[in-house]
Formats: sequence, structure tokens, C-alpha cells
Amino acid sequence: MSYQVDERGYYGEFGGAFIPEMLYPNVEELRRNYLDIINSDDFQAEFHHLLRDYVGRPSPLYFCERLSEKYQARIYLKREDLNHTGAHKVNNTIGQILLARKLGKQKIIAETGAGQHGVATATVCALMGMECKVFMGEVDIERQKPNVERMKILGAEVIPASSGSRTLKDATNEAMRYWINHPTDTHYIIGSVVGPHPYPDMVARFQSVISEEMKLQLKEKTGSPNPDAVLACVGGGSNAIGSFYHYLDELDVRLIAVEAGGMGVNSGKSAATTQLGGMGILHGSKTLLMQTEDGQVTEPYSISAGLDYPGIGPQHAHLKSSGRVEYIDATDEEAMTAGIELSKLEGIIPAIESAHALVALSKLKFAKEDVVVVNMSGRGDKDLETYIKWGKY
Amino acid sequence: MNRLQTLFNSKPKNLLSVYFTAGFPELNDTLPVMKAIQEGGADIIEIGIPFSDPIADGPTIQASGKKALTNGMTLKLLFNQIESMRKKIDIPVLLMGYLNPVIQFGVENFAMKCKECGIDGLILPDMPLYEFETLYKEVFASHGLSSVFLVTPQTSDERIRQVDEATDSFIYLVSSSATTGAKSGLGSDQLEYFKKIEGMKLNSPTLIGFGISNRESFEAVCGYSNGAIIGSAFIDMMAASNNLSEDIVRFIKRIKEPT
Ligand SMILES: Cc1ncc(COP(=O)(O)O)c(C=O)c1O
Repeated sequence: MSYQVDERGYYGEFGGAFIPEMLYPNVEELRRNYLDIINSDDFQAEFHHLLRDYVGRPSPLYFCERLSEKYQARIYLKREDLNHTGAHKVNNTIGQILLARKLGKQKIIAETGAGQHGVATATVCALMGMECKVFMGEVDIERQKPNVERMKILGAEVIPASSGSRTLKDATNEAMRYWINHPTDTHYIIGSVVGPHPYPDMVARFQSVISEEMKLQLKEKTGSPNPDAVLACVGGGSNAIGSFYHYLDELDVRLIAVEAGGMGVNSGKSAATTQLGGMGILHGSKTLLMQTEDGQVTEPYSISAGLDYPGIGPQHAHLKSSGRVEYIDATDEEAMTAGIELSKLEGIIPAIESAHALVALSKLKFAKEDVVVVNMSGRGDKDLETYIKWGKY
Repeated sequence: MNRLQTLFNSKPKNLLSVYFTAGFPELNDTLPVMKAIQEGGADIIEIGIPFSDPIADGPTIQASGKKALTNGMTLKLLFNQIESMRKKIDIPVLLMGYLNPVIQFGVENFAMKCKECGIDGLILPDMPLYEFETLYKEVFASHGLSSVFLVTPQTSDERIRQVDEATDSFIYLVSSSATTGAKSGLGSDQLEYFKKIEGMKLNSPTLIGFGISNRESFEAVCGYSNGAIIGSAFIDMMAASNNLSEDIVRFIKRIKEPT
């Protein structure tokens, strides 16, 4: 079975490009050009140069002695939290802004929820001297103030999304509407493996550097490029796809994705899309989606702003339905506890998104000699206020 | 042949198609609004199916959809409301909306309900041409439903020809690169684009929509097409109205009737 996109833009029955005609020329321009551009020598040279000297890659693969002791397995962290701007998001924004430049676009737009993707976009726009507009729900602007200011310092304009529920999905709607109204000079940098084809595949390719490095680093440290398991959290799914990418066809590697359970999957306040969602269409792709019986998209909830998205990338929908990846959930409580535990045991305060991935360590059974890699998608600096409010440390 | 195809077969000019959102301003206004639209003299009705995430719509239609959903509007309820509309409404009626509610309802089931209610056509802007051809065309066609596709100033000539090929009623010409309701006026770029389309000598008739708000803009675009579609301006009027039926009739007469 293939876990990658086919020539029509589908992953099994998921994916496609369900966009209004107004967006068709832009998305089609991307589709026709993205592979040639990404695979060209000068793009690769510049991409890898920036990942090394600007982002600080390769990100370390760190063996956690005390965490391994506690969970009785050989646990490694892939330190995306040490990237410039503090999360994996920048791998994608570097790639997309180089691509936008090759396409001759002068302006950049992006959506953001927690503000991490917004900051990563504002950062690369400053680097390239390009005009940047970031759409952010009014509710998120209120709860993620430091990131709003970071974007402004970096020279971006933050545009409040006041429609709908005023969170990430509405920020995405607003960005798409802006793109419809400014089709020729603007590139839309989507922040996860969501959206119409070719976005999910393009973002996955940029994030695949995570598992590419993992393989080399594991080979060096353990003698084998393949671990027994890889764990990652899923919002839209980009850090998880990046961590799984080069292992999808290595069937002896267990791949585990952790969704945000919020207050509990059946509490009505959750973002566990693969459990609560059904087949649907949002933001240009056919995927799993949290929605009412009438097909209205519902509001997800998670303590972590980066995970409360009502959908999931179409490749994940396919990986779920094909059974290649196991999807589990972690509640707010479990994630916060795991985040505080990592802080105490290893001196690493994780982003609350990433803390969800750690919860899998206690939920799954591993053998003592199993090599387990947890993708630390981001650092906890942005979440300090949430940690403080949570207390219990 | 459905009512739309019959209408366009007579090579009509100056057609007015009116878009409104189902369940707006009040839940049960759908049918009374349709009656008033017909009474005013409009030629076609487009019923908007409200959706939580209408990415192709500007503020006016977003707000009307949100109100309708708050009122409790659903696709199921819409079919109940228009079940016996054909006792009162004899002009062509289309449903316009996003694909997700249709898929949840079940495409086959949706098409059947449309047929039962006397719907003539569908405008589903986020339904790609390829998926239409491979997945939906048969189902819709076998229930007598015409599918209407959009063409914008950015659409390539090659793709316009494909749309023309796939069309069995009319092509929806979007007047500018914009979401619905954008009031860009009709500049020289747009007139160029309308002329270009005219010059392509398409097989299908066209209606021009987006940004048409009054008699002046209606008449201006009718010179290049078979007529025009009014949506946001109509909904703005509805939102401000205290006497819905009367205001609707007056609004449409002001656009359609010869002075
Ligand atoms: C640190 C971190 N991890 C994970 C996510 C979730 O996104 P994705 O599932 O695309 O990796 C976010 C999103 O903001 C994030 O900031």
C-alpha cells in the first residue's frame, strides 16, 4: 500500500483540492511547479543552508536517561524545540518562502492559532524582506499575547479574524478569503499538512527533514536507523508526518500519533478528530472532520492552542484508515502532568502540544530494550502562562 | 429538460437571478422570500445553504449564514420548507452551497430530495470539475439537476472551454477576483474580461455575478451576458427591512422593470 499522495492529489480516498474556482489558478500554479522547484539543486542548496545556519539543524537526538529509567525503555527526544523560533514550524516556512520567491510572489499571508506558525512565518518574511500578514482569531489573539507581539516586532501585520468562532479555523477561512481577493502577488503559507493538494504533500516534504535526520542519528547512536516506535502529537499533523515520513514503509517501526483529548474524548470538549470526526471537506481537502449531523464544522477544544483544529491532514486520515499509524489521545490533565514530569526529570519544559506525545509513554507497553523516539515539536516558553495557571508543579 | 434549460433555450436577455440564504432573517422565511422574489419579477432563484465555513463569501453572506444556523437552519429542514414550493413557484430554482453539508446528507439522497422538491440546478463552488465528472455528474444528471460552474478573471481559456463543455444550463461569470459582495465597481479590466468571454463564443449562456448591487450595475453587465446575479446587496436589503415581502418586490422591480 502507498502512504504517499497519488498523481490526483489523493491519499487513498482522502485529499484532493476542493476549492472554489477563485483559488484554482493559484493552487494549480503551485501544483504544477512545486516538485520541480523543490527538487532543483539550487533550491535544495539554499533550503539546507538556511536549515543549518539559520534554524540550527540538525536538531539533536537526545537520549533521556532518567525518563528511560522511569518508563523502562530506551527513550530519545528529537529536539525540534531547539530550532530557531522554538518549534518545528520553521522547517516549513523556510521551504515555502523560498518556493514563493521562485514563483515570483512578493507578499505572504498565513493563519495561526497558538501563534507558533505565525511567528515562524513572520520570521522568514523578515529574513527575506517580504510583506507579511498573519490572520489570527480574536479569541487566540487574546490568549496568546506574547506571540502576537513577537510577530509585530518581526514586522508582520496581525489581522484579527472576527468571523465564526474566532479561532484557528476562522483564521484559516480569513486567509483563504484574502487570497481569493489578492490572487496574483500573494503566496499563502499554510502551517500544517492540511489544505488543498499540493499543500499536504509540500508541507510533509519540508517537515520530512525530521525523520531524515532521525535515521542518521539513530544509526550512529544505536547501530540501526530504525527505532521500535516514534511518537508525535497531532494538531493538523505536520510534526507527526515529518517524524513518520521516512518510516512509513518500514513496517517494523511502530508509529503513534497523539491527539488532544481535551477534557476527555466524550466530554464535548475535545479535539480528538480521528475518534470524533467523520469524512468531510474543510479548507480544501477531504479528510476526517469534527462536524454536526448537518455537516457544520464544530469547535474543538484543547488546553493547547496548537492542537485545537477540527480536522486533520488528509494523509493522517489515510494512515488512520489503513491502520499504519496508531492514533491515541491524551487529555489536558495527562499532557500537563507529562510536561511537568519532563521538566523535572530532564530539565526540558516542552510545549504543551509536545507534552501530549509524551503521554503515550505511559499509555503504551514497551520492552526495556525498545528504542522509542518522541518528537519534541516545540518548547514551552510560549506556554508559561498556561503552566502557571495549571499550577501543580 | 428542467426549467433552467427551458428558460435558457429561448436565448433570453436581461435575466435577473436572486440569491438569498435559507432560514434568513427568520427560520421560516425561506418560502415567503421565494414568493416575493418571484412576484417582484426575478427570473431565477438561488437558495443558499448556510455553512459554518463559507470561504468564498464576504461579510454579508457570512453573517446571513451565521444567523440562519443560529436560527436552527439545516439542510433537512430546508427540504421540508421547500417540499411543496412548486405549488407556488414556477421559475427555476437552484441550490447553492458548500459540498460538506451535501456529503453529510448523502449525495444520492440529496439529489433525490432536490428532484422531489422541484430543484432545477446546483451551484457547489468547492466541487472540483474532476470530482464532478468522476463522482457526481451521473447522480445529479439522472435527477434532472444542472450543475453550474464558476469562471473568474483568472480562469485560463483552456479551463473555460472545459467548463463550457461540462455546462448544460449556464456559466456563472464571477465579475472580479473576489469573495462575494466585494464592491469593486465595474472597471475597465472587468469590461475587458467580459468582452473576452463574449469573443470566445461559448456554447453556454452566462450570468454575471459578484458585486452586482443595483439597476446601474445590472444594466451594465447585461450588455455582455444573458443577465446577472444579485446576492449580497439583496441580503443587505433584507437585513434592514421591516416589511420583507414588500421590500423584496420593490427592490427587484427597481432593477428589472423598464423605466
Ligand atoms: C509546538 C507545536 N507542536 C505541534 C503543533 C501542532 O501542529 P502540527 O500537528 O501541524 O504539528 C503546534 C501548532 O501550533 C505547535 O506549536
